[in-house]
Amino acid sequence: MTRLITRLRGVLAAAMFGLGIALAAAPAAVTPAAAQAPASQPPAAPSAVNEQMLFNYLQGDVRGRVTIPDQRAALLIQPQGRDFQHFLRTTLKWIGGIAIGGMLAVLVLFYMIRGKVRIEAGLSGRTIERFNGLERFAHWLTASTFIILGITGLNISFGRDLLLPLMGPEAFTAWSQWGKIAHNFLSFPFTLGVLLMLVIWIKDNIPNGDDLKWFAAGGGLIGHGHPPARRFNGGQKVVFWSAVLGGGAIAVTGFIMMFPFQFVTTMEGMQLATQLHGIIALLMIALILAHVYIGSIGIEGAFAAMGSGKVDLNWAKEHHAVWVEEVMSGGRGASAPPGATKAGAD
Amino acid sequence: MARMKFLCDSDRCIECNACVTACKNENEVPWGINRRRVVTINDGKPGERSISMACMHCTDAPCAAVCPVDCFFTTADGVVLHSKDLCIGCGYCFYACPFGAPQYPRLGNFGTRGKMDKCTYCAGGPEADNTPAEYAKYGANRLAEGKLPICAEMCSTKALLAGDGDIIAQIYAERVTRRGYGSGAWGWRTAYKDMTTG
Repeated sequence: MTRLITRLRGVLAAAMFGLGIALAAAPAAVTPAAAQAPASQPPAAPSAVNEQMLFNYLQGDVRGRVTIPDQRAALLIQPQGRDFQHFLRTTLKWIGGIAIGGMLAVLVLFYMIRGKVRIEAGLSGRTIERFNGLERFAHWLTASTFIILGITGLNISFGRDLLLPLMGPEAFTAWSQWGKIAHNFLSFPFTLGVLLMLVIWIKDNIPNGDDLKWFAAGGGLIGHGHPPARRFNGGQKVVFWSAVLGGGAIAVTGFIMMFPFQFVTTMEGMQLATQLHGIIALLMIALILAHVYIGSIGIEGAFAAMGSGKVDLNWAKEHHAVWVEEVMSGGRGASAPPGATKAGAD
Repeated sequence: MARMKFLCDSDRCIECNACVTACKNENEVPWGINRRRVVTINDGKPGERSISMACMHCTDAPCAAVCPVDCFFTTADGVVLHSKDLCIGCGYCFYACPFGAPQYPRLGNFGTRGKMDKCTYCAGGPEADNTPAEYAKYGANRLAEGKLPICAEMCSTKALLAGDGDIIAQIYAERVTRRGYGSGAWGWRTAYKDMTTG
């Protein structure tokens, strides 16, 4: 009973807060008119009223003065931390789960329906060079680091739900600690790989009208026609630009996260970088899964392009007819037409 | 069971920083790390208020929710603690914390963070109570000795209250009733959502 009475007193006291608002904590941002009319303030909610008022006036950035050297500590409260919490715990997991899970489902379904896309004319036994050593180095540098970065990154997003129950806390922390170190250091070779690919391949990846026709014809994956393509077809250009732009965005946001509050100095900026890094990386993983599928079990003969660098002539004719013509016509002794690359030069 | 909370009566806080100093001394907090700080808003202007802020030991704590290795736990008293043996220093809890509580020693290359350190409500860590191992990692465990956090105990104006949430909210409400004004329980809405009573 006494507890009830004290509760009631608490409610009464809370009602007094309404008066307290204007008297006690009129912030600097309040307009003079509002400051002079405390009676016109809405009745007080029963808790933390002034905190809420300050958020409204200062747009949630309740900053003051501190006497310690760490000036970031001057940010008293940032309620948007709760939004960040919700994003990491719920939103990002849904985005990643749908993107990656959905892509895997699509690929499995596609393989079951379409199967491996064969070279229709069969292997010719003759090969031509598609990617030289530097190109394959740039590709595999990016690919190998991307795989490790992807696995250690997925561990940060999903490891707690999927691996922690299996591994136990100590083992999971040890693995995550090494994963974090690997993630930090491998960001540099990854970025180098992306830059190399950009420089090497940008000239062959400028979009043009043929790409639209290629997409309209289903790109050889749907149906059996092989739309003519130059060195890179529309789908490959999509992968190229996603790798360059998406990879670039992951690199930029990642370096912001690695050097906290150095390039970006605000809490909002750091939160945004972390969120963008997560979203873009998960979408990239989903896209690269499709790229890996097409380049391995999806299309017969495709892996050789990045494996040995030499592809079968019939594969090249079926998938990159225009490119083959350019290479062949620019063969030994003959002068290359403008814009064509020499056989063996790429 | 008690639900431990902090409440800073900003109409009483005189920005003496004794809570900050007491905390650093009691827990031997390393240089560069502040588990508690005093922030003065509207400094030198009408409506100036100082608020002593540390970990608020939130309900549904954001730090615990975003931790990729799940190193946080909440005690039976509602105190949010973490294990430095499990923390990997990723820094996510700092972005999620509404109160800037998590602190990191700077280690090694780039901006690499060491194990996170924060206010323990003077309740130590997952190790056995009041062992040297616990003290070295987390500082004092006053709660196990039946004492409240040193910051609140030291407060010269009794602006900073620590204890069961219902009791300190009631003390604060009585003060507000008596003096006729109050600036509200700082951070309670964000930390405890609808569970605010003060």
